[in-house]
Amino acid sequence: MSEKVPVEVRVNGELRSAAVEPRLLLVHFLREELGLTGTHVGCDTSQCGACTVLIDGRSAKSCTVFAVQAAGSAVTTIEGLAEGEALHPIQEGFWEEHGLQCGYCTPGMIMAAASLLKENPDPSETEIRSGLDGNLCRCTGYQHIVNAIARAAQQG
Amino acid sequence: MVTAEKPYKVVGTRPIRPDGTDKVTGRANYGADIRLPGMLYGRVKRSPIAHGKIKRIDASKALALPGVRAVMTAEDLPRKGRREFAPLGSVKISLATLSGNVMARDKVRYEGHAVAAVCATDPHVAEDALDLIEVEYEELPPVLHADEAMLASAPLIDEELHTREMATGESAEEPSNVAMHFVTEMGDVEAGFAEAEIVLERSFKTKMVHQGYIEPHNATAFWRHDGGLEIWCSTQATFVMRDHLAGLLEHPVSKIRVTPQEIGGGFGGKISVYLEPLAAVLSRKTGKPVKMTLTRDEVFRATGPTSGTAIRVKLGAKRDGTLVAAEGELVYEAGAFPGSPVAAGVRCIFTAYAIPNQRIDGYDVLVNKPKVQPYRAPGASAACFATDSVMDELAERLDLDPIALRLKNAAVEGTRSADGAAFGVIGNRDCLQAIQSSPHYRSELQGPNRGRGVAHGYWYNAGLESSAYASVNSDGTVALVLGSPDIGGTRASIAMQLAETLGIPAERVIPQVVDTDSVGFTSVTGGSRTAFAGGWAAHEAGLDLRQQLAARAAKIWGVEAEQVRYRDDAVIVGPAGEDGGERSITFTELAAKLARTGGMIVGRADSNHASAAPTFATHVVDVEVDPETGKVEILRYTAAQDVGTAIHPSYVEGQIQGGVSQGVGWALNEEYRFDEKGRMENASFLDYRMPTALDLPMIETVLVEVPNPGHPYGVRGVGEVPIVPPLAAVANAVHAATGHRFTELPISPAAVLEKLLPGEE
Repeated sequence: MSEKVPVEVRVNGELRSAAVEPRLLLVHFLREELGLTGTHVGCDTSQCGACTVLIDGRSAKSCTVFAVQAAGSAVTTIEGLAEGEALHPIQEGFWEEHGLQCGYCTPGMIMAAASLLKENPDPSETEIRSGLDGNLCRCTGYQHIVNAIARAAQQG
Repeated sequence: MVTAEKPYKVVGTRPIRPDGTDKVTGRANYGADIRLPGMLYGRVKRSPIAHGKIKRIDASKALALPGVRAVMTAEDLPRKGRREFAPLGSVKISLATLSGNVMARDKVRYEGHAVAAVCATDPHVAEDALDLIEVEYEELPPVLHADEAMLASAPLIDEELHTREMATGESAEEPSNVAMHFVTEMGDVEAGFAEAEIVLERSFKTKMVHQGYIEPHNATAFWRHDGGLEIWCSTQATFVMRDHLAGLLEHPVSKIRVTPQEIGGGFGGKISVYLEPLAAVLSRKTGKPVKMTLTRDEVFRATGPTSGTAIRVKLGAKRDGTLVAAEGELVYEAGAFPGSPVAAGVRCIFTAYAIPNQRIDGYDVLVNKPKVQPYRAPGASAACFATDSVMDELAERLDLDPIALRLKNAAVEGTRSADGAAFGVIGNRDCLQAIQSSPHYRSELQGPNRGRGVAHGYWYNAGLESSAYASVNSDGTVALVLGSPDIGGTRASIAMQLAETLGIPAERVIPQVVDTDSVGFTSVTGGSRTAFAGGWAAHEAGLDLRQQLAARAAKIWGVEAEQVRYRDDAVIVGPAGEDGGERSITFTELAAKLARTGGMIVGRADSNHASAAPTFATHVVDVEVDPETGKVEILRYTAAQDVGTAIHPSYVEGQIQGGVSQGVGWALNEEYRFDEKGRMENASFLDYRMPTALDLPMIETVLVEVPNPGHPYGVRGVGEVPIVPPLAAVANAVHAATGHRFTELPISPAAVLEKLLPGEE
């Protein structure tokens, strides 16, 4: 086992610190150290996007980042997206438009969509599909996910 | 698009799902999210070779690593005999097969086969320990292709396996890699082909493909000191899991409780046990809870997939297109243990069509690859690929419209399939007609390198047991307790059926999925049975509630129970009272009075109905083939399906779109690639390419509603048949675009270029 190093990350607005192994991935830091299990692991090789979070406002796959690399950054996970009691418009879109079946890819999809809508608040269907190209869903055939994001964009 | 008007208030509407907020806020608990005090982390040591004898396993160095708590091997599992079985739906499964696949004993049969498992205080330590477990093998030549495996000279994967003739029940004398041979015959095939004016015979091949659920398998076990075994896992079948663990561990069913966590997709691949018995044994050894999670690499190498197949189809027809004879030979890879879905392939291959003379042979063949598991309409997609490719060629040769040819031959009510069963009310022709009259099919496809293909598929669906408890709350809601893990929204679709029965709004029913001690036996979430059977159980629980509520109202009013009835609008009415007016009380009003008038009320049902009804699907797809790169782009896709009654149309659409998406992946990109030693070469989502949002257009759906007369709400089951036609539909479209028939999948860019580029033949 390697020597632990201190790391300090702002997660969902709160400063969190821990001593971690340098090989600890950000996704495991979030899930195991902080108990934020809404960020999922699907593939270990950064294709599926289930672990997508926002780092300093931009979407990133938390399985490709070491926890120590995120030191000093602001990380937003699915748990930090809703403000107070109100769901974020994208979360509402996924719920209202039936944008999920098993729900496992959903947090990553929502975080990828959050990043997409921030950069492009009024995307076309093709732009939405293009924005989701790094996230796999095996249940839905993507149509209801695309609808959910289009709805969120309209409401946004 | 939904084609029928329905006489229901709740059924057919689109309420938002009860588990929605948890799933969009990250609060839903999936198996890997479990964390228990003192929990240890387990990992599996796997075989790096496809075939070999285990000479020695030495775990002493691993056990000496600080943090490692225990190691287990097959020696820690009871040895199961070949004739010991565990129940699985309406069939049974050999415990020797289950146990042998869970952990190799004496011999490894595929790369990735588990040989030992270790647990430690930290997942990284458990991973480090894997390298310290020494395993010595005597390598044996692997058998990687079914055709080689069937040869008498092939190395035997299981020296004690003898081909079982399923028609007679007899076993062959010599051992073989062919586990089972199925035959189905009807009419006189020779006479049928003699009568034919055109005969086409073609051979097809498909590769192993994986279900591809995004959540890897996981299991957490705690073997309590009183012998109680707690399991938390992602499974499609909590009770099947419990029964299989009881058999594998020789532990009483009553001592095992399986608590389902949210499940991140399954498609058939999360019915079998993998990690649960290993975590259980490690927990027994350590006295601590043990959690195990697979990596994606392990998911590919050691779980799923479905069979690679070799299928020969021969069709004979009259010049007007009337089919007179059919012959099929289906060879399905079982992987390293018996149990491919070839029987279902045999059952489905010609069944959408009325063909008087048929013979179908099916072979279940062992190869040194992972043991296959069910995958959405198991066995039917490859069979449909073969038959509907030949149908397409037949239409072309006879200069007939491909839908017209299928309509001419479509099985109807009363048509017998080769297994002897006659169809009841079915929507077979309706699906074909729905596509025939669809805007998509009627549109003209223009432009170079483009083509349109159609295909038509069949699936039979399952019934089996489901239980439900429904408790009336004082606020007029109903708590509905279910045993079916919810993969695609079945909490909602089952709750809606109870709401319909009670005449209350859908959101007044609060469904939850519970553990195996908290509800009656409920079979697998699979076979497209959950909305059918779960809904029926909920309906029966609702009828039970209606009767009890009417009796309670009678008691309150001091009248006979027979004088009171529960109306469909959730008002309970009785005979006129002293004031001359009809007595009545609403469901909500009565719910508030229950506690004071004799206590709360629970409706219950344990139902088991065999009247599941078959479904059909007709798909049309337009593709464009890039002659430079060989890439096939899906331009437009429309799927019509006989869905019985669409309980929640959005979820039905979602099932169809999801099934099509998987089918398109299977047709164009997905495949297991092995090197000559049987090592998988593409065990990641980078190299095993599943469709992304960009690979697919909007998948248009046409919900053809021909209610199942054998279900209170006409449910047929919808989840599986959408994956049946896409393989053939895409192949037929690529043929239309390029002039080339693709008889092997996937139709990858490389495969397309090989056909398109001159001089490559």
